[in-house]
Amino acid sequence: MKENKSTPGGLVLRGITLSYIALLIVLPVIAISCKAFDGGIARLWQEIALPQALFSLKITLILALIIAIVNVITGTATAWVLVRCDFPFKREINAIIDLPFAIPTIVTGIMLVALYGPRSFVGAFMQNTFNVEIIYNSPGILIALLFVTFPFVVRCVQPVLQEMEKEIEEAAMTLGASPVQIFWKVIMPTLFPSIVTGAALSFSRALGEFGSVVIVAGNIPFKTQVAAVYVYGEIESSNVPGATGVSFILLACSFAVLLLLNFIQYWNRRHEEG
Amino acid sequence: MKRGDRILMVLVLGWIAVLVLLPLSGIVREVWTNGLSSLVELLRQPTALRAFMLTFWLTLGSVVINTIFGTMLSFILVRHSFRGKVFLEGIIDLPFAVSPVIAGFMFIILFGPRGWLGSWFDAQNIKIIYAFPGMLLATLFVTFPFVVREVVPVLREYGIEQEEAALVLGASPWQTFWKVTLPSIKWGMIYGITLTIARAIGEFGAVIVVSGGIINKTQTATLLIHHKFMDFDFTGACAAAMVLAAVSFIILIAMQYIFSKRQV
Repeated sequence: MKENKSTPGGLVLRGITLSYIALLIVLPVIAISCKAFDGGIARLWQEIALPQALFSLKITLILALIIAIVNVITGTATAWVLVRCDFPFKREINAIIDLPFAIPTIVTGIMLVALYGPRSFVGAFMQNTFNVEIIYNSPGILIALLFVTFPFVVRCVQPVLQEMEKEIEEAAMTLGASPVQIFWKVIMPTLFPSIVTGAALSFSRALGEFGSVVIVAGNIPFKTQVAAVYVYGEIESSNVPGATGVSFILLACSFAVLLLLNFIQYWNRRHEEG
Repeated sequence: MKRGDRILMVLVLGWIAVLVLLPLSGIVREVWTNGLSSLVELLRQPTALRAFMLTFWLTLGSVVINTIFGTMLSFILVRHSFRGKVFLEGIIDLPFAVSPVIAGFMFIILFGPRGWLGSWFDAQNIKIIYAFPGMLLATLFVTFPFVVREVVPVLREYGIEQEEAALVLGASPWQTFWKVTLPSIKWGMIYGITLTIARAIGEFGAVIVVSGGIINKTQTATLLIHHKFMDFDFTGACAAAMVLAAVSFIILIAMQYIFSKRQV
């Protein structure tokens, strides 16, 4: 209904909707970006270069990268098992994959403290035997981030794998390809865009995750203070420039991820159309 | 099943058990060992009830507003063509990519007492930040993409022939929407709404930043859990967390049902 755009009704519809998006999404992003450059680029850099801020950004990026890599492996394996293997309670287990999306992040944090905290069985055991602290330390953050990002790669890869025809693999096998060759030359190229999409989503979620991390990690500078927690602390102490600086870097990373995702989508669509 | 597949299956199921299922047991045990009394006690606190009610109103508001605008946007994206559409498509997912803390912070900058829009509202004596409107805005922001993302593919696949037929047969655009378009996108829409509900109930980062954490006034269910946890009332935090976990479980089951309906 391309002609719809010129009808008065269509124009009103478009005007209202676009205004809503402008107010809800575009304007806030513009406002924070302007705020970031309020005092000039040198001032912005000064806020980001503070040792505490820099540390929080560094640890966040490292953790997010680890999360993305682990999820690529576990997520792809999970999708593979869900599509290609048969086992009891498959439907229920498939449903459970979405649990981390359905559960509030703060509840995730509480659950992990109940399970791994110093008062718990597992937490006390790890502390006494291996002298490893899980909660209020980086292992806790890793576990929390793995939990909240688990579904991304699975849910990106699963549908692609489902549509992939087994015949192609069988043809490759009959033509003498080894399982390793089949995996890298037949399966991987098909799955690759969806794996990258899932990894990018995990990465950006891990960058910004707050609710579970603030409970599990506490807020210890130079130890467990990730970027989102740092920003929260600066807002709480009314240090707007400090919060803006780190926010701006995180926001830039989000935009980069968004750009990548859109590029993959564009590439996919062009590929499908031939 | 090949041997390699079998080993992989055991590994994957073990991973799911340890990563996803085991944590659930922790919270259930915590509430269990204290008996159900902690749960009963929680539900008798007026503060807690008020927090759950506030979460309810925020969720309801987000669902209604974002379903309306989400459906309108989907319609525009699929049926209209205009300049800047590619850009528009590109920014729909922005709320998913932005950290919730930053989402809340953006609204403070915009609607705070000295913000671009905040100073105007301040002059009218309307409170946005540290009040319900600001919390609603933050929740609207983080839940915006859900309905759009679910409705757009359905609308695209469905095509426009039936709508055109209805219009040719003399139906008004309004009638066409209610009688032809809406029934076809219904399940996609409901699925998007379910996701919106789950996220709105659970939103924490964006809401805590704009709420100011005023007990009995701007305290939602998730903020209540946080407050109890910081107050060393771990049992209370667990009880409240279990209530929310139970709600998410129901949502998860509903999602499965709706998803299977949508496939039909």
